[in-house]
Amino acid sequence: MTARIGVVTFPGSLDDRDALRAVAAAGAEPVSLWHKDANLHGVDAVVLPGGFSYGDYLRCGAIARFSPVMDLVIAGAHAGLPVLGICNGFQVLCEAHLLPGALLRSAQLHFRCADEGLVIENTSTAWTNAYEPLARVTIPIKNGEGRFVADTATLDQLEADGRVVARYVGNPNGSVRDIAGITNEAGNVVGLMPHPEHAIDDLTGPSSDGLAFFTSVLKSLVAV
Amino acid sequence: MTVEHIDSVTHAGATPDTVLPFAELGLKDDEYARIKEILGRRPTSCELAMYSVMWSEHCSYKSSKLHLRQFGEKVPPEARGILLVGIGENAGVVDIGQGYAVTFKAESHNHPSYVEPYQGAATGVGGIVRDILTMGARPIAVMDSLRFGPADAPDTARVLPGVVAGIGGYGNCLGLPNIGGELVFDPSYLGNPLVNALSVGVMRTDGIKLATAPGPGNQVVLFGARTGGDGIGGASVLASATFETAGQRKRPSVQVGDPFAEKVLIECCLEIFAEDLVAGIQDLGAAGLSCATSELASAGTGGMRVVLDTVPLRDPTLAPEEILMSESQERMCAVVEPSKVARFMEICAKWDVNATVIGEVTDTERLEIFWRGELVVDVPPRTVAHEGPVYDRPVARPADLDALNADDANALARPTSPADLRATLLRLVASPNLADKGWVTDQYDRYVMGNTTLATPHDAGVVRIDESSQLGIALALDGNGRFARLDPYAGAQLALAEAYRNVAATGARPLAITDCLNFGSPEDPEVMWQFTEAIRGIADGCLALGVPVTGGNVSFYNQTGATPINPTPVIGVLGVIDDVRTRRPIDFGSDGEHVVLLGSTRAEFGGSEWAHVVHDHLGGRPPVVDFGAERALAAVLQSAARDGLVSAAHDLSDGGLAQALVESCRRGGRGASITLPGDPFVALFSESAARAVVAVPAAHLAAVRSLAVAYGVEVTELGLTGGAALSFTGLFEVPLDELDAAATGTFPALFG
Repeated sequence: MTARIGVVTFPGSLDDRDALRAVAAAGAEPVSLWHKDANLHGVDAVVLPGGFSYGDYLRCGAIARFSPVMDLVIAGAHAGLPVLGICNGFQVLCEAHLLPGALLRSAQLHFRCADEGLVIENTSTAWTNAYEPLARVTIPIKNGEGRFVADTATLDQLEADGRVVARYVGNPNGSVRDIAGITNEAGNVVGLMPHPEHAIDDLTGPSSDGLAFFTSVLKSLVAV
Repeated sequence: MTVEHIDSVTHAGATPDTVLPFAELGLKDDEYARIKEILGRRPTSCELAMYSVMWSEHCSYKSSKLHLRQFGEKVPPEARGILLVGIGENAGVVDIGQGYAVTFKAESHNHPSYVEPYQGAATGVGGIVRDILTMGARPIAVMDSLRFGPADAPDTARVLPGVVAGIGGYGNCLGLPNIGGELVFDPSYLGNPLVNALSVGVMRTDGIKLATAPGPGNQVVLFGARTGGDGIGGASVLASATFETAGQRKRPSVQVGDPFAEKVLIECCLEIFAEDLVAGIQDLGAAGLSCATSELASAGTGGMRVVLDTVPLRDPTLAPEEILMSESQERMCAVVEPSKVARFMEICAKWDVNATVIGEVTDTERLEIFWRGELVVDVPPRTVAHEGPVYDRPVARPADLDALNADDANALARPTSPADLRATLLRLVASPNLADKGWVTDQYDRYVMGNTTLATPHDAGVVRIDESSQLGIALALDGNGRFARLDPYAGAQLALAEAYRNVAATGARPLAITDCLNFGSPEDPEVMWQFTEAIRGIADGCLALGVPVTGGNVSFYNQTGATPINPTPVIGVLGVIDDVRTRRPIDFGSDGEHVVLLGSTRAEFGGSEWAHVVHDHLGGRPPVVDFGAERALAAVLQSAARDGLVSAAHDLSDGGLAQALVESCRRGGRGASITLPGDPFVALFSESAARAVVAVPAAHLAAVRSLAVAYGVEVTELGLTGGAALSFTGLFEVPLDELDAAATGTFPALFG
């Protein structure tokens, strides 16, 4: 049976179609989820896509975190449901306290879209197990508020637990310790500022390096 | 408590001698007299508001209409069958095959962007995207053409970052990839920047929507944002008069954009379109409700009744005149059959979009608007929307043009020694017009939607339309104000030729064009001459190239004091590519490929970047226009891409061969060893048109040569790709690192 992977559309989500395409390219069945949904339609994993949910006029992700569907996503995440938050989705995960830290205005103070080199440091999460250890990949970033911050104790804990999932090769936004993505203690929830759904083939992206995020979750679902 | 005074139709009839401030609203004496003649009485204040905004230059095209007719008269035979909707609707629609229709248009937001750079540029994007949406299409990309004063001028530092942030802030939040455009600096735009935005959308050919209100009894629904006090009179006040001293005073008349509201509106509209719930639709842009109601009624069965009190307001103190003139953004007006209103409202509710029935279609041939129970507007809608004044303004060839043309750029001092040529090349590479624009374009999302297969800095943006068939479109947007200053007929044609060539360089087949015509005051006969020459140039050029004009925009009154900008027709060319996988980038992507120049080089330096940067000179004649050569070159480029004969293609334009080689080397991360034919200075820096450079794998060299010969295109082998430097045999070489440093240092140094 094919795994069903849901992609949530909040008002203002932009990369939801891209995430659905990436899910399909990885061989899973893409399922559109609406922010007002009262159930998760039996999906095996959830992607919170990039965009500007509710315009991000308040703090990024601060309103989306209270969408009806997020209650289900939060409960699911605590029960082991694989959840990937990309860009705005990462911000939503931080606002929902599924991941520590926060994403602030980037150091250069304006939006930046660029192809970034990343090192995948944790290849045991639900979303990165298809990567070779310390794989060097190229995946686009595009954000104005992508500077990851957390207090020193939290950062030290993340490092000690190996929960830094990806680090920038050249830091594009001032993120502390070059952190591009992190995971929760259980490894089922991953937040990532770069956009793997924009790197699933060489025709429309800088590489196909991002596809393994989506094939990883299939592997982890089969393993369960 | 005071009783509200309402200037109703009855009141207007009873008070014929009341003087209204028509001059302050931009209407001339004879225009006001004509309104009285149409109505058989003085207009009410609401009617005056409507006529004044709809008869403004911006909305009525009163100075340009007469000349724009050429675009409809000189339609190339190739256009037959592909042009589904032509000039006059919100945007033209072109059939690209496989059941797909593409709509695209460029529009200016120059004056608002000078007053309030961020919001002016942002709402420029928002407005053009709504035009595309209104046609029934899903918007799929945006582009922009920007012109500012000198890069180091203090006002450029004020305007440019705001404009760029506004385009990015709005477009990024809409989720539309920004796939290209241009950015030019010239003293002529100091005090009057040009901000031209283009959007493109796609739909099925049977999904086209029109701005019409058919069927008496059909409901008129206003949906989207609430109406506020922003942008009142923006179109007429800002776009139809020059700035003298009024920068501060005009600030509140620039609209404020809310891209989130527009994103939601787009998705809501597309769901409504998919269920075929509208009989007609119009977006609210310049002139707001005045425009939407009068245009819908005018194009429909002829009448409409609107109750203005039902319009949802952001500011409850607005007067009826202000509600009619407000240019609040992110609003749409739909005509819906009564049986479909409930479903329409359901979809709006799903997206949390405000929707209100504000009136209905009638068969009275009158647009009737009520306020507080009184009839405040009672006009024949065509007289507002489509039968505004038309002027045949006097034209005069600029008195300084002969002297300007006689001031030959070929007489300027040229670099001769290898060291001087090298220094000239590096100086040009680092000059603001040629330097790497990454500082700007990296502020735009080019990846969203996942269909961008080429974007800046490639010659054209290429977007996939169909994931199974790989059908795609290409778009390029180009202008050259210096060429047009020297000869507006040729300059407009060179802009057309460049955009056409850029589309062809990617491997796409050019299909149709849109234009954005930026000029000074039409009341200046010399400007009017430039305008008529440019129109004639575009119309003749389109006929010669076999591509129709689908629509566009005219922006007059671009001047500082009495000094007009360089005439700047900007042309957007749309092409189709059968398989986006065959599109060609500009990169020299592999070592050992042959670098081949296609096309003929003459010593052409009038209006060139070299003359501009090195000598601060503008004079002589622009490059020769040869549409036969352009068509032949385009055919070679398309065939070569389709058959996989070339791995890269790059058009030659600003900065000539030198700049094209630098860009292809830098982008590909490898150098090239080049042997220049003839005079090295001419070979490097001439801006002759109808040329491109291609990278050819050795196995295909003979095939490319015979292809070019078959089309009569001159072929010159220049050398081979590879190495860590761009080197010119016997002359000089520049390491890639040094080229990168020169190209990328300029913008961060200027703008932080």
